[in-house]
Amino acid sequence: MDDLIGQPLDRIDGRVKVTGRAVYAYEHDVPNAAYAVMVVSSIANGRIASMDTRAAEQAQGVLLVITHQNSLKVPGAQNQSKTSPPGHAVQALQDDVVYYANQPIGVVVAETFADAIAGAQLVQVTYAPQPPQMDLESRLADAYAPDKAGGGGDPAASHRGDVQAGMAEAKKSIDYVYRTPFEVHNPMEPHATIAVWNAPDRLTIYDATQGVFSDRGRVASVFGLPPENVRVISPYLGGGFGSKGPVWSHVILAAMAAKQAKRPVKLAVTRPQMFGMLGCRSETRQAIAMGAKSDGAITALRDDTVSHTSMFGEFVEAASLPARMLYQSPNNSTSQRLVRSNIGQPSYMRAPGEASGTYGLEAAMDEMAYALKMDPVEFRLKNYAETDPEENKPWSSKSLRECYLQGAKHFGWSKRPLEPRSMQDGNALIGWGMATSVYPTRRSVSNASARLNVDGTFSVDAGTQDLGTGTYTIMTQVAAEAFGVDAKQVRFRLGDTILPQTPVSGGSQTAASTGSAVHLASQALREKLIQMAIRDARSPLSGLGAQDVILNKGRLYARSNPARGETFRELILRSGQPHVEAKAEAKPGAEKDHYSMYAFGAQFAEARVDADLGQIKVSRMVGCFGAGRILNAKTARSQFLGGMIWGISMALYEYAAVDKRLGRWVNNNLAEYHVPVNADIGKIEAIWVDEKDDHVNPIGAKGIGEIGITGAAAAIANAVFHATGKRVRDLPITLDKVML
Amino acid sequence: MDDQESKPALQVSRREFVEVAVVSGLAAGVPAAAQTPEIKPRIVNCTFTINKQKQELQIDPRVTLLDLLREHLKLTGTKKGCDHGQCGACTVLVDGRRINSCLTLAIMQNGREITTIEGLAAGSQLHPMQTAFIEHDGFQCGYCTPGQVCSAVALLDEVKAGAPSAVTPRMGEIRPIELSDDEIRERMSGNICRCGAYEGIVAAVREAAGRRRV
Repeated sequence: MDDLIGQPLDRIDGRVKVTGRAVYAYEHDVPNAAYAVMVVSSIANGRIASMDTRAAEQAQGVLLVITHQNSLKVPGAQNQSKTSPPGHAVQALQDDVVYYANQPIGVVVAETFADAIAGAQLVQVTYAPQPPQMDLESRLADAYAPDKAGGGGDPAASHRGDVQAGMAEAKKSIDYVYRTPFEVHNPMEPHATIAVWNAPDRLTIYDATQGVFSDRGRVASVFGLPPENVRVISPYLGGGFGSKGPVWSHVILAAMAAKQAKRPVKLAVTRPQMFGMLGCRSETRQAIAMGAKSDGAITALRDDTVSHTSMFGEFVEAASLPARMLYQSPNNSTSQRLVRSNIGQPSYMRAPGEASGTYGLEAAMDEMAYALKMDPVEFRLKNYAETDPEENKPWSSKSLRECYLQGAKHFGWSKRPLEPRSMQDGNALIGWGMATSVYPTRRSVSNASARLNVDGTFSVDAGTQDLGTGTYTIMTQVAAEAFGVDAKQVRFRLGDTILPQTPVSGGSQTAASTGSAVHLASQALREKLIQMAIRDARSPLSGLGAQDVILNKGRLYARSNPARGETFRELILRSGQPHVEAKAEAKPGAEKDHYSMYAFGAQFAEARVDADLGQIKVSRMVGCFGAGRILNAKTARSQFLGGMIWGISMALYEYAAVDKRLGRWVNNNLAEYHVPVNADIGKIEAIWVDEKDDHVNPIGAKGIGEIGITGAAAAIANAVFHATGKRVRDLPITLDKVML
Repeated sequence: MDDQESKPALQVSRREFVEVAVVSGLAAGVPAAAQTPEIKPRIVNCTFTINKQKQELQIDPRVTLLDLLREHLKLTGTKKGCDHGQCGACTVLVDGRRINSCLTLAIMQNGREITTIEGLAAGSQLHPMQTAFIEHDGFQCGYCTPGQVCSAVALLDEVKAGAPSAVTPRMGEIRPIELSDDEIRERMSGNICRCGAYEGIVAAVREAAGRRRV
């Protein structure tokens, strides 16, 4: 079974997904459930002057209309501090204050969805509005420095060497501002919650969440319940990309509505409502200056990033992080600042920090390479960091050089003329660009249990989540390999707080954290069975050493004599127990003190730009990654490609437009908020370097959910420059910006 | 409402819809105090064939086909992604043609034959398109997948019938359409996959169509 990990096993959950039998949050068949629809604010700042709910209350099928005037008071929902993280402060109808557009201000509960949505239209609201604060550029002077930056708790600023002296030493220098827009996650499954009060102090919620345990903890604290009184169930998730990590207002509102209506309640956020209350990727302004000697050695690098946070919480879009560690720059300075705006809480969105940050830094690297008249790959190799220059620690492993070389070879980079506007096909200007990918390797405490049943089946449990990332499949492979059975014999369960406790699926940490726990639990069960056999006088294996026993295909037998052995069934039956179980906890050790741990990669893109109309298409893309041990070649490839497509989307399409006068989202729907469709995607390939890393965690996986988007937008932006000679420094690069 | 059963169903459905729409419009426009609480829901009797099973149903005319399937018939395989015909997650087959089930009221489909994702497999035997989606990993989270698969099944029939697309070469000529990858991408572009499984989707459709990469 040693080669099971890495095999391109079909998704374990494939069959239920292609037949429509996978049950997502809103689809659990809860008897007597009423339907809830939220009423949301149409202003972005101010107070609710009045809410007239009489017509709604009298409408067909409406059971209850909840506003701040009659809501259940849940003190735990109140904001503790303006620096609390995403999802901590929720807008649960506790007062009349409006912080952002599309903030929940009411809930209509009715017998059917048609009744609820019709009832919600009848709620009459008047406001006492204030002008919203939305603009970044005009308020830079108001920006403040937060204490920390990003999900990893990094410092908000960094300094090494002397940037001023380094710039003075430079033969060439650049100094530009790069901008990225607001983006909204928009998973295909809208956020949804079904809340069921089993008793006055016992709650079950079926939720679309990336963290069943963090969800449980937050909901319990809001309602003043012990966590064990709340059960969260989430077996399938229609994407998340970070938006389903925090616990947002609607989850609390569903539980409140169920309590007040005295019935189970199902509540789904509508697509237009998803712009506001569920987090977003903040707009960023990245001021980047760089100096280099004529041989290409970077002498100084500065990255000062400003982003938005909400009026009531704090999240830093830590775009300056890659500039701290990606290149061997001796004089280096970065900072993060925030402005408070009338928006829902900005939050984690696929590769928060790194996705935006690798755009700015890697576009700047391209500009510097052109200033030096150097090949962009060569320029990066010249400044290759052999150790982490910020932390002064060795890398746990780093295959970036191989990624540059293999990616370049696969793409055909050596045929690239350096000069922009030098390749054309008919009316299409063709450009090739590249950029570096980077994402930190993280892990958190995770538990798992493994159980051998008397019927010979092998069950493995962990509370974790599968967002479409392949958790069901890779955990099955990890368990099967560690225990020594075929993948078909494994029954892996997830997505429920009755299972062993696991961390949130965010920061690309599920494979590393829960995968390690599953590995350890399966291994522990194997050891336990062997010990049971060799210590039992009734076993044919009695008296052998543990190393002399093989566990394979449902049997335990002597290494020296395969005929000497017994079946799992015989062993368990003799024990008198219905099953044998082992549990394990996997937690980070001292590895972080000794090593810097990152996945790296190199992305190469070809852009075709219509010479007259400026229409852009990414016709070809190659990403090459070094991300530790790849657990399943098929699902990993999909993860990488999905990330790269998010990069195409970031480069060319995504842009949540806000009307700064009103503070409202203008394109809050899937027709006008552009994400790529099938026809937008050309030939796209993901390859990887085999990487063995014994330091990161017991299974050697670095996590691959986010690395694919990093660097991708810059590779495309750099390709557009190479095609057109025009440098666009604010995303997305739309045709109006490149029309020459 | 007994007399409705003898009338041509679709005509009745439309009239019913207009009446309700007018009533709703009035209700939204008048001050709250003037509301008439007597507005009763209208119910329309309809007959559908859903996944080869004939069903006689009494339907609130405001209910979309999508909500009928998901909330009233518990056929939750058909997904709601946007409820505005923008994402394709709710794609089902009506008389063999693909439509966005969120964009049609259920009563407008009275008398029709509806196939959802639950009706594609023959017992435990998957439809070849379903098998191909698994094999080529044409999805990740799976939420757009039922719509993608229904779309793909209908696509093959459209191509067979000679219906051109925006990328069909020499569109005016009557000749068999070659199902190139560009054709597949174009014809599958009404179904958004936020996970970005497009490459696998194209490969799955190509295989189910029995074609090699073009």
